[in-house]
Amino acid sequence: MGASASSEPAIIRADHLGRSVDDKVIVADVSFEVRTGEVLAISGPSGAGKSSLLRLLNRLDEPTSGTVYVKGLDYRQIAPRELRRKLGMVTQRPFLFAGTVADNLQFGPAQRGEVLSRAEIDALLDRVGLYGYAERNVAKLSGGEAQRVSFARTLANSPLVLLLDEPTSALDEAAKLGIEALIMEIVRDQHLTCVIVTHDLAQAARLAQRAVLMQAGRIVRVGSINEVLHA
Amino acid sequence: MLKHFFSGELGLGLAQAAIAAALAMAVVLAARSRKIHLESEALIALARGLVQIIAVGSILILLLRGPRWTSIFLLIGMIAAAGATSARRAKGIPGALQVSTWAIACGAGSVIALMTWLGVIDTALTALVPVGSMLIANAMNTNGLVLNRFRSDVLAHVGEIETALALGAEAKQSVSPYIQASFEASLIPAIDSLRSLGIVWIPGLMAGMLLSGSRPLYASIYQFVVLAMIFAASGLTSLISTVLIRAHIFSPAEQLVLQPGR
Repeated sequence: MGASASSEPAIIRADHLGRSVDDKVIVADVSFEVRTGEVLAISGPSGAGKSSLLRLLNRLDEPTSGTVYVKGLDYRQIAPRELRRKLGMVTQRPFLFAGTVADNLQFGPAQRGEVLSRAEIDALLDRVGLYGYAERNVAKLSGGEAQRVSFARTLANSPLVLLLDEPTSALDEAAKLGIEALIMEIVRDQHLTCVIVTHDLAQAARLAQRAVLMQAGRIVRVGSINEVLHA
Repeated sequence: MLKHFFSGELGLGLAQAAIAAALAMAVVLAARSRKIHLESEALIALARGLVQIIAVGSILILLLRGPRWTSIFLLIGMIAAAGATSARRAKGIPGALQVSTWAIACGAGSVIALMTWLGVIDTALTALVPVGSMLIANAMNTNGLVLNRFRSDVLAHVGEIETALALGAEAKQSVSPYIQASFEASLIPAIDSLRSLGIVWIPGLMAGMLLSGSRPLYASIYQFVVLAMIFAASGLTSLISTVLIRAHIFSPAEQLVLQPGR
């Protein structure tokens, strides 16, 4: 999908990144780049360390070795709150906060003392296919709708990169295809860089230009989607 | 009925303690039939409680003849023991012992100091130690409740907390709903005690004062004073505890350290 990003500079560079907890290796010596404007899939079997790697990228967990460079800057020099705003994350379960859809969209900007206008909220909801949902209570949304709100909430923070952790694995087939189409639209229209964790190789092939294949916490292959999936 | 079998006070007291403990264990056994296992914890707590109160009672008899300043050391010892006891309710939270001890010391300690200075609590060892111990014991219970509830809420809402962090929230903001809920829940016993005072129960201190010949009206008013002080000490302890513990569940990089299975 989209134009090749091979000539673009790296927006994220993981450098010998690793994390061990109580002598258990979760992620080991992982190095790769994410280029500006590309969709990179991180794939592999359950327990391979895909989600753990994503958590290291926005520093929800602390690496025990190596580091990550964001636009060339060691991310330990960036305030964690600012880093997380720049590297917006959408998780497998949406974890919406109690209240209305608009309350959820206001959450991120409110952390910086900003308030979204009604027009901005409507525009964000329009982008995720939920125009007119602003005053709906999140408790009444379907799984697919909740995940779309989660996307809009992350986009409300104007991230540089979207980190998507199995964003469709808790959804039925129709909702899954809808979210995939949404990801492709967002990436295309906003030229957003995107890292998607998925165990579904077919999904990786549909969405990404390059892929990282992981096994037991290590990268076993990295390259174009064809090189990785058909090697 | 027991008085027919025991002529001495000590024998009677031990027999009463044995019956009360047996009743408590019967409840534990009833819980066991519902697959709720409290046997060892309850047995140890009962045995410890009995030994401790007899030991402390014996020491008190000796200390009550001593100078007034002795009470300060006794109360400090009680605060240290209370901190260690309630910290066990915060399993997995690093620094729970320091948090509990500081919270009880500042919460209960400041109320005891202020009320003693104002003359609400008599400086006599026989008044300061029992009333002070009541404040410390209730602060300990409240502290245990607030830490236990906070720990459970955080572990049950890791996804929500990390979502808030991922959206750029400050660590303290990400757990504020659980701080509030824990604080409110921890004060339910103190509020209910005040609400039901004199209607549902006549607490021990008042009963003791009546038995020792105090006027019923003064005993009643003083019981209210004690419960109001308990509420203040417990509330302050809970407040300090939640503020302090919040810092201990996050790393300096605002990562949630308290996680299931870690």
